[in-house]
Amino acid sequence: MREISVKLITEKVRDLCMKANTDLGEDVLQAFDRAMQEEESSLGVEILKELKENARIAKEENVPICQDTGFAVVFVELGQDVHLTGGNLTEGIQEGVRQGYRDGYLRKSICHPFTRANTGDNTPAIIHTEVVPGDKVKVTIAPKGGGSENMSRVTMLTPSDGVEGIKRFVVQRVKESGSNPCPPTIVGVGIGGTFEQAALLAKKSLLRSLGSRNPDPELDQLESEILTAINKLGIGPQGLGGRTTSLAVHILMMPCHIASFPLAVNIQCHAQRHKEAII
Amino acid sequence: MLGYRVTCPGRGTPEWTRNTDTDDGHGHEEYMSQPIRLKTPLSDEDVERLKAGDRILINGIIYTGRDAAHKRLIDLLKEGKSLPFDIKGQIIYYVGPTPAKPGQVFGSAGPTTSYRMDAYAPSLIERGLKGMIGKGMRSDAVKEAMKKDKAVYFAATGGAGALLARRVKKAEVVAYEDLGPEAIRRLEVEDLPVIVVNDVRGNDLYIEGEKKYKKE
Repeated sequence: MREISVKLITEKVRDLCMKANTDLGEDVLQAFDRAMQEEESSLGVEILKELKENARIAKEENVPICQDTGFAVVFVELGQDVHLTGGNLTEGIQEGVRQGYRDGYLRKSICHPFTRANTGDNTPAIIHTEVVPGDKVKVTIAPKGGGSENMSRVTMLTPSDGVEGIKRFVVQRVKESGSNPCPPTIVGVGIGGTFEQAALLAKKSLLRSLGSRNPDPELDQLESEILTAINKLGIGPQGLGGRTTSLAVHILMMPCHIASFPLAVNIQCHAQRHKEAII
Repeated sequence: MLGYRVTCPGRGTPEWTRNTDTDDGHGHEEYMSQPIRLKTPLSDEDVERLKAGDRILINGIIYTGRDAAHKRLIDLLKEGKSLPFDIKGQIIYYVGPTPAKPGQVFGSAGPTTSYRMDAYAPSLIERGLKGMIGKGMRSDAVKEAMKKDKAVYFAATGGAGALLARRVKKAEVVAYEDLGPEAIRRLEVEDLPVIVVNDVRGNDLYIEGEKKYKKE
């Protein structure tokens, strides 16, 4: 049994909130480069250049990439041989988010659904905890902006809709979203499980590195077919016309009920922010 | 405002400088004009010369305002009261910035999605508002108001918050400080890069751009 202090987790969460919001991943920058090579619209190329330049400035000046510094979504993989000491894990994570958003001068964007009164410290964070083998704790922070989250959907297809039904729904969702989710987007797709599990799969699929292949050859093929269809829509960077509507489609799938065919689409803007730490 | 339409010599704006090598190398056949410097406040003649697709560098004073501030402005108009700033010829930027760090003029400041301001925009345009900066498509009512009362809608690049913040040289709250990031601020900007989406002739770059690049 390995002992880990909750205070250490709080510190990590604080640092990860700040880092995720200011330091865009190398995989996203490379995806911008690839998109520039293929983009047919000159205006689209200019926008992609601007996004790259923006990421450079954010990193250099240690300021947020985007003013919407998001809902703090936290994934925790807790090793079953870990004994947490010195406090409550959930509260320790919330405190880390509180400190990170305060110390990093990040925007507080969480409010009461009816009164719209701001909670003032960007909590509560959304925490997904999974117990795994081992004696380590892995914490991933993925700040999620409101504009792209608003364009996301869960649907319960019928089994007879088949793979074609998936393609149709995902492409239609991106089409209807138009310029709203800040294209070029990354499209997270969750297939199977239950209603809520499909949504979680879609969100988790966004953590995969851009440019990487799906380990399942069938899903890899499906990702590429859906991406091709999306990039024929013409929406383009920022919705002003062009080839690069999405940078990637990521799919996670699991078995579902014999009566069901759940499908979730989680749209992610080009500021695909996530950082992780292993303690 | 004669003489405002100056071709950009590229001073301090490397990201907007046309890269002909890239264009030649990748078959970008369309002609893309150099960005146009625009000085606020804007007259009817200024906005009439702008076309959907024009790249613009805004210079001068603009005002910020989003959901909550717009609601308050419209409430004032309903009560027959005057607005907290003279809106004639002005531009409103739909933005809720991050808090500025010590020593920073303005926090990260990309545009927010504009459709939430559609219900309020026509009344402001009627009273002389000449430009709006945001992202995403506007309603038919807003587009009609822009045609009728001569105003334009600009898109700034969503998510380019750090880059856009650098173009803000001065910022001060003019109203509704209690709204925090949603307060109305008077900004002095230098070469703020935007693109004309809706012009006074009814063109819409979101519709035309998508149509142009759509493949069956």
